[in-house]
Amino acid sequence: MNRFRQQFDSFLPTFRRELGAYFATPMAYVFLAVFLLSIGMFTWEAARFFDTGTADLSPFFVWHPWIYMIFLPALAMRLWADETSAGTDELLLSLPLGMPGLVLGKLCAAWTVAAVGLVLTLPMWITVNYLGNPDNAAIALTYFVSLLMAGSYLSIGAAISALTRSQVTAFVISVVVAFVFTAAGWPLVLSGVKNLFGAGLADLVAQFSFLSHFEAAQRGVLELRAVLFFVGFMTLWTILNGLWASRQRLG
Amino acid sequence: MLDIQKLEKSFGEKRAVQGLSFTVEKGTVLGFLGPNGAGKSTTMRMIAGVLEPDSGDATIDGKSIVSARRDAQAALGYLPEGAPLYDDMTPPEFLAFMAAARSLPRSERKPAIERAIADSRISTVCSQRIGSLSKGYRRRVGLAGAILHDPPVLVLDEPTDGLDPNQKRAVRALIARMAPRKAIVISTHTLTEVPAMCTRAIVVDRGRIVADETPEGLLKLSADGTLENAFTRLTDQAEAESA
Repeated sequence: MNRFRQQFDSFLPTFRRELGAYFATPMAYVFLAVFLLSIGMFTWEAARFFDTGTADLSPFFVWHPWIYMIFLPALAMRLWADETSAGTDELLLSLPLGMPGLVLGKLCAAWTVAAVGLVLTLPMWITVNYLGNPDNAAIALTYFVSLLMAGSYLSIGAAISALTRSQVTAFVISVVVAFVFTAAGWPLVLSGVKNLFGAGLADLVAQFSFLSHFEAAQRGVLELRAVLFFVGFMTLWTILNGLWASRQRLG
Repeated sequence: MLDIQKLEKSFGEKRAVQGLSFTVEKGTVLGFLGPNGAGKSTTMRMIAGVLEPDSGDATIDGKSIVSARRDAQAALGYLPEGAPLYDDMTPPEFLAFMAAARSLPRSERKPAIERAIADSRISTVCSQRIGSLSKGYRRRVGLAGAILHDPPVLVLDEPTDGLDPNQKRAVRALIARMAPRKAIVISTHTLTEVPAMCTRAIVVDRGRIVADETPEGLLKLSADGTLENAFTRLTDQAEAESA
């Protein structure tokens, strides 16, 4: 048990250091500003928030997977690639730290910045309450699943960041992988798969899509399936992250 | 204190370290010398637990780096080549991170950080971010990180590289002060530092030890009484043998 705990006691120092790094540089502020600007733009301009005539946040939530797909890899790209390119990975690996705590500490630091971004969208929630009577329990639930989804996107970005010393490469590959997992549930892709390979495979592809799993949550339905999917997805990529980061030790 | 047994490491076809063995006792400052690519840094990385050896072992204060890596790492202070540091932190922030990462008890952290700052003489730059520091100061911040937890074994990869003569003298004095209580391994390119800092010198070439002497003993191997000549003769010899 003690050995198990030792693996995670690196979590807190790592988490603090990474969170500090986001806010010590313009990184977190630029991310938050651009994230809020673009999510606002899509909600008002593209989804016509005020013209829907209903007091809910669906024109806001519908963009989350797409915005995350682009912006969260930008947040995660530095987590490991920056260590490798600056040589600090050597310092880190020479410390008596457990890899699981290290991986989770880094992921959770990025996740916290994403959560701050979500919290800063709360004025929208307040606005719809001012304008009408939305289903607040449903909105809270959608926020929760959206946060889980953000963690999933970040886990992709963090793991891929451990594969390269270039942040740009990490970003590009992460966006592509994130796109695959997002667009798998896109009607355009699904109908294409259905035409080519039949409905069975289209169903299977949809099982791995963030869009499909986020869809129920957007309607305010808490599906255990969706929660398990995102948690499982994150676990898998976090394990990959740990394996890829440990690879360094082999030379 | 530090016991190295038959360390081996290959990168693909290249055998970087070939069965290196040596022991360093408390009170010894070992100069680890050799041409570029001789396997110095690879050996030091393996001792620090950054690289896994293909075979062999290193025990630090009785703990094996292979079977009890974290315990061994806890007993070691390591300054990597080039002193990589987190540029976005100030030196005290960096040292606080190192103290937390090394799980120093909370009550001991502040005195340990203050002592490391005083010993490595970086108090004047404490409010600056590490990214804005000169090479010499960066190296000293790295050194402060290595000695923070007062480890029994220190492995320093080129600790005086890039320092001006005054800074070099300060680092040498610091090492001399710590030497009686620790086993210290220092790699360096600057041969003139060897007699000034080290009580023993190992010369490696192509992953093998070609000489293990006192600095005076090393001088006896030279034709003209300079260390440079001894170094050239030793490493050229190894080259000729392997050719």
